[in-house]
Amino acid sequence: MKYLQSKWIVASILVPFLSASLASCGGGNSSASNEQTTDESSNSNKLAIEKPQLTFGFIKLTDMAPLAIAKEMGFFEDEGLYVTIEAQSNWKNVLDRVIDGQLDGSHMLAGQPIAAGAGFGRQAELVTPFSMDLNGNGITVSNEVWSAMEPNIPKDADGRPQHPIKADALAPVIQDYKTSGRPFKMGMVFPVSTHNYEIRYWLAAAGINPGFYTADNSQGQVDADVLLSVTPPPQMPATLEAGTIYGYCVGEPWNQQAVFKGIGVPVTTNYDIWKNNPEKVFVMSKKFVDENPNTAIAVTKALIRAGKWLDTPGNRPEAVGILSRPEYVGADSVVIANSMTGTFEFEKGDKRSMPDFNVFFRHHATYPYYSDGIWFLTQMRRWGQIPESKSEEWYHETIKDIYRPDIWEKAAEMLLAERNLDAEDIPETDGYKPATDEFIDGTMYDGKDPIQYINSFKIGNKD
Amino acid sequence: MKDKTIHTMRTLGLGFLEPLVRLFAGEEPKKNGLALVRGTLLPLLSILVFILVWHLGATALYNKEAEARIEKARTEQGDEAAAAMADCIASGDISCQPNTLPSPKQVYAAYISLWKDHLNITDKKREFREKVADTNAERAEQGLDPITYTGRPSFVDQIGTSLKTVAAGFLLALVIAVPIGIIIGLSDVLRNSFNWLIQILKPVSPVVWLLLVFMVVKTLITDPQMDKSFIISAISVGLCAMWATLVNTSLGVSSVDKDYINVAKVLKLGVGKKIFKIILPASFPLIFTGLRITVSVAWMVLIAIELLAQSPGLGSFVWEEFQNGASDSNAKIIVAMFIIGIIGFLLDRIMLTVQQLMTFQKA
Repeated sequence: MKYLQSKWIVASILVPFLSASLASCGGGNSSASNEQTTDESSNSNKLAIEKPQLTFGFIKLTDMAPLAIAKEMGFFEDEGLYVTIEAQSNWKNVLDRVIDGQLDGSHMLAGQPIAAGAGFGRQAELVTPFSMDLNGNGITVSNEVWSAMEPNIPKDADGRPQHPIKADALAPVIQDYKTSGRPFKMGMVFPVSTHNYEIRYWLAAAGINPGFYTADNSQGQVDADVLLSVTPPPQMPATLEAGTIYGYCVGEPWNQQAVFKGIGVPVTTNYDIWKNNPEKVFVMSKKFVDENPNTAIAVTKALIRAGKWLDTPGNRPEAVGILSRPEYVGADSVVIANSMTGTFEFEKGDKRSMPDFNVFFRHHATYPYYSDGIWFLTQMRRWGQIPESKSEEWYHETIKDIYRPDIWEKAAEMLLAERNLDAEDIPETDGYKPATDEFIDGTMYDGKDPIQYINSFKIGNKD
Repeated sequence: MKDKTIHTMRTLGLGFLEPLVRLFAGEEPKKNGLALVRGTLLPLLSILVFILVWHLGATALYNKEAEARIEKARTEQGDEAAAAMADCIASGDISCQPNTLPSPKQVYAAYISLWKDHLNITDKKREFREKVADTNAERAEQGLDPITYTGRPSFVDQIGTSLKTVAAGFLLALVIAVPIGIIIGLSDVLRNSFNWLIQILKPVSPVVWLLLVFMVVKTLITDPQMDKSFIISAISVGLCAMWATLVNTSLGVSSVDKDYINVAKVLKLGVGKKIFKIILPASFPLIFTGLRITVSVAWMVLIAIELLAQSPGLGSFVWEEFQNGASDSNAKIIVAMFIIGIIGFLLDRIMLTVQQLMTFQKA
């Protein structure tokens, strides 16, 4: 009898427990469905938003700023969008969650949607309607390597090292390491990240082979003089300090952190490697954009406004304050301010002005240029991530599926009509930037002729 | 009255307060006074000693790093820079603060700031609800889901998510492990044949379980509206935690007193009756020991799993604060550590209470 009684007590305890957890299982799908709606009530000028409740992802880096600003300044809500912004653990996770539809869109490395479309790594149809920023990376070497490099670098009038520093100064150091039997190891953040292509470009420009990818070697270390490996950005300084790698290419604040902690010296920024290179992009899946075309335009509108706000003089300190909140980048505001207010510290005390180190809007930074995307494809081919030779048409067709300036243009035209954008903010372009030689080695790049560009490199696969 | 209070307290897992009640009733003051000291005051004292040692340790670490910074400034930039660094550290400016083990005081401050943050977010949620009330009314007319809060979850929300995950994982473990444990406990042949498999799977790391679950769930659930990270973390927690229950149940079932089984044979009880009337009640103590271990393992592996599955609970809180690396991040991580510990302790107490209700009580 006693037992029977207690059974009821247990049942009465367990049942609410059970139902609570069942409810929570079902509760997960409470986010909005994507049925078609017309939301014309509040503002006749507004787009009919198919899916007003959205979740976007980001990685804790300062260049996620347009997302944070669009949310905090109310630009998303102005478009009738209710957006949750969620920090993600790593770039692979970001890609998987956008492809699987758990995220409606995300801050991504420019190379990620392109690699997914070109067939390197996980394949998927992704769309880039908005480019988030230009520049913002640096290459840092350890103190030991720096002291070996320094005698090879010419000095300017003030006795400071003359910039840009080329990898020619590093070549003899690598040779010394090789002869003493130590392989020279450096870190980058992801196989298709801008950082990987930038550090490779910088090394190869000085005749140093950073290694090739082949169909059966996805490490990218075939024939390498320098062994490049993947390290997550926040772990870079610690890995350098531990001596596992001798240098790395990473975004901010991890180069300034090395100076701050006194464990390494940034030698160059990607602004010197390729002036005004594209860095992060905003990515949605093609499926999402096809099903919710108006939502995609509205998101792009809010992001363009955020970019413009970020590059409006006087707004950066406020942006730093927002980014330092724990739900965004979360680092102390002094650290974030260091890389976002127009200067860059190389050696301790060698602080130089770099007004274009972090560009969010100027130079039409938000426009998704085909030529920028094709540059990534050429580098993927150059280093063997695309193992076979492709025709010139393939480059243009591939990028036109991924980069969608048409969405950007629609958004920009609406912003122009709403007087949130000026006419000169919209570039007159066919999607290709004019040919440029503003690279560290002065090689001419014309996005319209990718094959010729690939063949112009001394080190690299040729077609 | 007194006996009733004591009985209730015992069942609530507050048995350590028993001497206090007896003292109030004026019963054997000496013996109960001693019991109170031993049962309640000494544990409290040990916590105080722990906090003191922690405080001393944190102060020593702080001083060591501060000195190292000043020394480094001196060797690299000279005495002037060293003095500036010393001033900067003394002034409490965050740009030069030593970043080491936070002191109890800092942790307490972080706890208060997290609590304030929670209140703040609660306000924001209310504001948000008011703001979207009209839109939601319209959406309701059109038969659409309402717009839900888009801001970040507060610390308390994250604790809630973690508790839900553990509850779901625990139930899964219960539903899988107890029946299987009974079945293999009833038969020596089955127990022997599954023994190796169980021993091999038991020590597998939570991270590996998570990846396995991820592979399967990813294929099975294609609807993006489902909260996959929650499902994945709950299943992984369940799979990691169920082994103790499985092993204990099969042990409990197989070691039921032969006399009971013989009684069942004499009474010619059916299989169902035999299991529910004889075997289960007899093996409850061991099953519950297993379940208690399961709850504590579930809570323990939760953090690692949430961290990797991106489920918005305490695990991702800890990971995000680690990534933030702000001046109060370390203190917040330690707040989370204590909250996790205290909740784990409470869960164990709850299980103990349930166990006492379910099993035959010793007189």
